[in-house]
Amino acid sequence: MDSLLKLQEVEAFIEKYHILHEVSISVPKGGVTVLLGRNGAGKTTTLRTIMGLNQVNKGSVTFKGEEIRNLPPHHIAGKGIGYVPEDQGIFGELTVGENIRVAMKKENQETTKRMEWVLELFPDLKKFWKKPGGQLSGGQKQMLSIARAYLNENELLLIDEPSKGLAPIVVEKVTETIEQMKEEATILLVEQNFAMANKVGDQFYIIDDGQTVHSGRMEELQEDKAVMKKYLGIS
Amino acid sequence: MRLGNIDKTTWIYLGIALALFIVPFILTGRSAQFIMIQIFIFAIFAMSYDLLLGYTGIISFGHVMFFGIGAYSTAIFMDRLDASIGALVLAVAVAVILAAIVSFIVGMLTLRLKSHFYAMLTLGLAGLFLVVAEKWRPLTGGFDGFTFRVPDLLSTSESLYTLSLISLILIFFGLRRFTNSPFGKVLMTIRENEERTESLGYNVLHYKVIASVVSGVVASFAGVLYMLSLRFVDTSVFATDITIDVLLMTIIGGVGTLVGPILGAGLVELAHHWLSGLSDVHWIFERWIILYGTVYILVVIFFPLGIVGTIRKKMAKRTAVQARSIKK
Repeated sequence: MDSLLKLQEVEAFIEKYHILHEVSISVPKGGVTVLLGRNGAGKTTTLRTIMGLNQVNKGSVTFKGEEIRNLPPHHIAGKGIGYVPEDQGIFGELTVGENIRVAMKKENQETTKRMEWVLELFPDLKKFWKKPGGQLSGGQKQMLSIARAYLNENELLLIDEPSKGLAPIVVEKVTETIEQMKEEATILLVEQNFAMANKVGDQFYIIDDGQTVHSGRMEELQEDKAVMKKYLGIS
Repeated sequence: MRLGNIDKTTWIYLGIALALFIVPFILTGRSAQFIMIQIFIFAIFAMSYDLLLGYTGIISFGHVMFFGIGAYSTAIFMDRLDASIGALVLAVAVAVILAAIVSFIVGMLTLRLKSHFYAMLTLGLAGLFLVVAEKWRPLTGGFDGFTFRVPDLLSTSESLYTLSLISLILIFFGLRRFTNSPFGKVLMTIRENEERTESLGYNVLHYKVIASVVSGVVASFAGVLYMLSLRFVDTSVFATDITIDVLLMTIIGGVGTLVGPILGAGLVELAHHWLSGLSDVHWIFERWIILYGTVYILVVIFFPLGIVGTIRKKMAKRTAVQARSIKK
């Protein structure tokens, strides 16, 4: 299977701390690839490194066969990679509408269609169109963050812990959304909520102490109780 | 633009602008008109600072250098060439181009780094411009400065009042349009979260440099007007005190509001004038700068978002409460 995104033996530091030791991931085109692992394993750093927000010290990162290692983040975004950060990255002083407009880099038939779809999917965004982003609830912020990444014709979406801090009913909504979005774009998802990851994921990688230690199809992971217990603490 | 499309706030601003045109007929004294002219000029300068600090989140400690570039360009051209409108247009063109080049270079050198590098480099460069102005006596007149004539058309305080007011109105509406445009919204996202803006696909450096250039050009134009009002230049136009003054005008009025710095300029200039004039009443007012500092501290404590920022916040809160009660 052709890889849309490939990380080979990637090493990265945050200041003097060596966070990623050897991360190798291959994300095929289509579907959801899930990055699993305990807190502090290096999952968020992996996404940030792909996005160019952390420097790669060793190894390579290729997107559609092209080396993107250490390119500035705006170049990487321009190649068709959307990023939904862990803190949602909402611009609190801009209204919901402005948050969406800023994310929509060009307006054409396709993006207008996507915007209509997004507003249909998240009616709250339409309702609070003129409300400052900072005044939204956690769930609404997450919807806005996901909507922004989806508006552009991104081939790959990097989504970091979309269920974090959300009420179970909102998590269900986010899960449904990701399931719908995977029809349109490839998703690399970091998720601690195993139930959600299991529902939307097609394949997985487990990161432990900055290294990829295990990978496979999502349905295989459920059967492997030893791996689940050792790396995810689920028995 | 159709008249029907103009919003209520714009009508209010236009009404105030129109009222200001009538002021010279009421305040006929030269001194009062001079204070108003100074307010308009510093309002333009403070708005240029607000574009950097309030909209883009860039702190500059040497913004006065652009003001000084505009001031010296005007003074030198008026002095060396004849005091004609042609020479003035040439002076404005040189001031604007020089300010654009300097702000572009400073921006390219420092804006890829953290904001304090820009603050430090502008502070250093403003100091350098001050030293050059002091040492290059044949051109600048050094520390003593020199006087010069201005075109006859601008020799009365009424004409200068009108020019300053028209400039203020045009620059205010121009910057308002600029900050409300998609470009301006990107500047605001940079102020809020630079990394996030970059990962949305925007070249943050490119946006910051453009903001720095626009701000530098507007500040240099304020310097041009300042010279037309004083008809005298000396090295004080590069003094750090002026940067501190516009910083305070912006903070007191409300950062990121444009209208706030205009209000701030008015308050600071009037406070300067009023407090320094009280020295005849009591000797304590000879140390008026202490009172001035106290007023600043009180404003920062009671209006942390500036006057306009605090009013806007209160109004937004009230609207939200009203909306909730209607919903219930």
